[in-house]
Amino acid sequence: MSLDPVLLSRVQFVWVIAWHILLPAFTVGSASYIAVLEALHFGTSRTVYLRLSMFWTKIFAVCFGMGVVSGIVMPFQFGTNWSRYADATSGVLAPLFAYEGLTAFFLEAAFLGVLLFGRRLVPAWAHLVAAVMVAAGTLFSSFWILAANSWMQTPAGYAVVDGRFVSVDWWQVIFNPSFPYRLAHTVVGFYITTAFIVLGVGATMVRGRRFIDEARTMMSMALSLLIVLVPLQIFIGDQHGLNTLEHQPAKLAAIEAHWETGSRVPLILFALPDQAKADNDFVLEVPLIGSLILTHHVDGVVRGLKEFPRDQWPPVAIPFFAFRIMVGLGLLMLAVVVVGWILRLTGRLFAATWYLRVCVWVAPVGFLAVLAGWTTTEVGRQPWTVYGLLRTADSVSPSLTGADVLLSLLGYMVVYLIMFPTGYVMMRRLVRRGFVEIDIDEPPVASGRPVRPVEALPGSHGGSGA
Amino acid sequence: MTVSVLDFVPIWTLLLGLAVFFYVLLDGFDLGVGILYRFAPDRRSRDLIMNSIAPIWDGNETWLVFGGLGLLGAFPLAFAIIIPAVYFPILIMLLALIFRGVAFEFRYRDAEHMTFWDHAFAWGSLVATFAQGIVLGAFIQGFHVQGRAFVGSSFDCFTPFSLFTGIGLVFGYGLLGAGWLIIKTEGDLQNLAREQGRWCFAGVLISIAVVSIWTPILDPGIAHRWFSWPDIAFLSPVPVITAILAWLEWRALRSSSETGPFACAVGLFVLSFIGIAISLWPMIVPHHFTLWQAASPDRTQAFLLVGTLFLLPVILMYSGWSYWVFRGKVRADIGYH
Repeated sequence: MSLDPVLLSRVQFVWVIAWHILLPAFTVGSASYIAVLEALHFGTSRTVYLRLSMFWTKIFAVCFGMGVVSGIVMPFQFGTNWSRYADATSGVLAPLFAYEGLTAFFLEAAFLGVLLFGRRLVPAWAHLVAAVMVAAGTLFSSFWILAANSWMQTPAGYAVVDGRFVSVDWWQVIFNPSFPYRLAHTVVGFYITTAFIVLGVGATMVRGRRFIDEARTMMSMALSLLIVLVPLQIFIGDQHGLNTLEHQPAKLAAIEAHWETGSRVPLILFALPDQAKADNDFVLEVPLIGSLILTHHVDGVVRGLKEFPRDQWPPVAIPFFAFRIMVGLGLLMLAVVVVGWILRLTGRLFAATWYLRVCVWVAPVGFLAVLAGWTTTEVGRQPWTVYGLLRTADSVSPSLTGADVLLSLLGYMVVYLIMFPTGYVMMRRLVRRGFVEIDIDEPPVASGRPVRPVEALPGSHGGSGA
Repeated sequence: MTVSVLDFVPIWTLLLGLAVFFYVLLDGFDLGVGILYRFAPDRRSRDLIMNSIAPIWDGNETWLVFGGLGLLGAFPLAFAIIIPAVYFPILIMLLALIFRGVAFEFRYRDAEHMTFWDHAFAWGSLVATFAQGIVLGAFIQGFHVQGRAFVGSSFDCFTPFSLFTGIGLVFGYGLLGAGWLIIKTEGDLQNLAREQGRWCFAGVLISIAVVSIWTPILDPGIAHRWFSWPDIAFLSPVPVITAILAWLEWRALRSSSETGPFACAVGLFVLSFIGIAISLWPMIVPHHFTLWQAASPDRTQAFLLVGTLFLLPVILMYSGWSYWVFRGKVRADIGYH
């Protein structure tokens, strides 16, 4: 088998972005959570909020550090591996990426230092402002990057000059048809991901009968957010689906494994799509419901893949299964939240050991749903980088050989397989230690210098810094 | 938009030059601190050195992202040619920056692997700097271009010249890092930084001299630019001021001046930067494309410029504030136990 630089570049992009997306999936939500906790402490002076904020800030710091370094990799991928894509799309997309840097990265970086190390160096209100700025930065970042991603899915406001895209209307470029749906769906997804982590960590502590005050506050806050966001997310997801049907019909046909156009189509619950013979095996389906869900009418017409040239079909099986995983996880989340509220309203939430165990088990469910959703939308966009206009195969850097890309892919694999497990182990250790080292009365750091980048963990290295 | 009254290219050249210079200056000193980290005598010194940059390194590295994206936004053709041409140095730089970046957090959290992440920090800083130096050298030498694409091999960028500029940049960042540590530390650690600064300074002087001779030999165009009459008269202030700055740097490193070594190192970087700009102007892809030929459409440059001119001063203000919060000597022994 000869090494194909296009395929290997795609594998490399999947590798670096799949790991990277896990970090914003948590840091976007936790930055907002920390800002809320800081505001609650500022407003009420209740120390439980301060202890919670300090605890989550430690975990946030580890995540954010990994997010920064794996994020710097991303824009360079456009240059190293996708230079023809960069040349063709920069007239439209580059300002969006650059504005992400200008409005988000600098904001986060500058105020993160104050958030992590500056609690004793600046007035309380300034520290709160720093927390809010970091949270705002993560949201601005989501705004721009999803605007760019959505433009690749549903391009608008552009013209093509000499084979390259130029903008004719920046408003249309940014607020392209799928952007509002994708932005809402993604950010709500990130918040839900964080809330399930907070719920799971709280449940672990309640189970272990440690830090009861903090743990109960965590679980209550998480459930309160989730009962609003999970149903909202299902609604947004449905609206996003209608949008896809309108603007990316081939992608929707792949997601649903519909090969033939028709009205009153069934909802396929399970099947093994066969791309070669353009049909499904082992089909389990519910009549009529497909049209009802996709078009909101029983008689609604859904276009099948056979309406589109074969060389414009995405690989059907991947978005088909990824979408089902995402929806399944969404229903699981809804069940967990509803059961949690029933227990809460009947006063049994913190005593139901079986439910606490469920909360611990489903803690990472948001990450899986984010990855599944992202796989659905990105693989569903294939074989295009810019939907219907620029093919993935025409986007790659012409100078690259398969061996070049294999070498770099191996480099990213080795380094990420060192970094991410280490970060995971470290965060798990922070959760296990819990609030033991969170001391809100620690002596102020004199003359404004941090003792350590983050408070040292006594016992782990014997106070050697003192 | 068909005819534009305004030419945005000079403005973007200036802005991008500024962004690259901020990056080289700011991440330069914290990469330099990382390069010198391995020579710290004990755990306490390592804590101090780390603390001197921990709250600010992230903001410094953000200039790299902005520089890269600014190039993509304003001169996309240059981005699409240069970045694939330096595929492996960029890869090596990114991987090294990963090790060095997470070391800030992992070093403290991961007690059992203390030595591993200490090494990751030091080696990461060194290798990232070396890779950036290779990119610089390869850029000055130029690339094989056909049409709008780089068509050479991904290994073309590794030449004796680019490896030499890689080593030169290690000394350069080391000098900036030593200057920073002289400002932020006291006593033995400061004396150590002065001594390291002197070694790095020697390396910098040799590098500047060799590159200044080697470049015109490699490229007759550059030789003509510097040595033809009357250019040589107009350009002579560059080497003269460089020499004066070098003399001041040497004095500052041997005196008790705390800010002098850093300030003069910054000056030397400014002059080297100007020197490279004079050699290459007006090309952004040497031998192939000028800044104007590689520029993005007016609408793109204008749209990006509006926000940038508004946001950059704001960014400089709050970044300056965060530096101000963490001003003064860094101390490891106060407020703990």
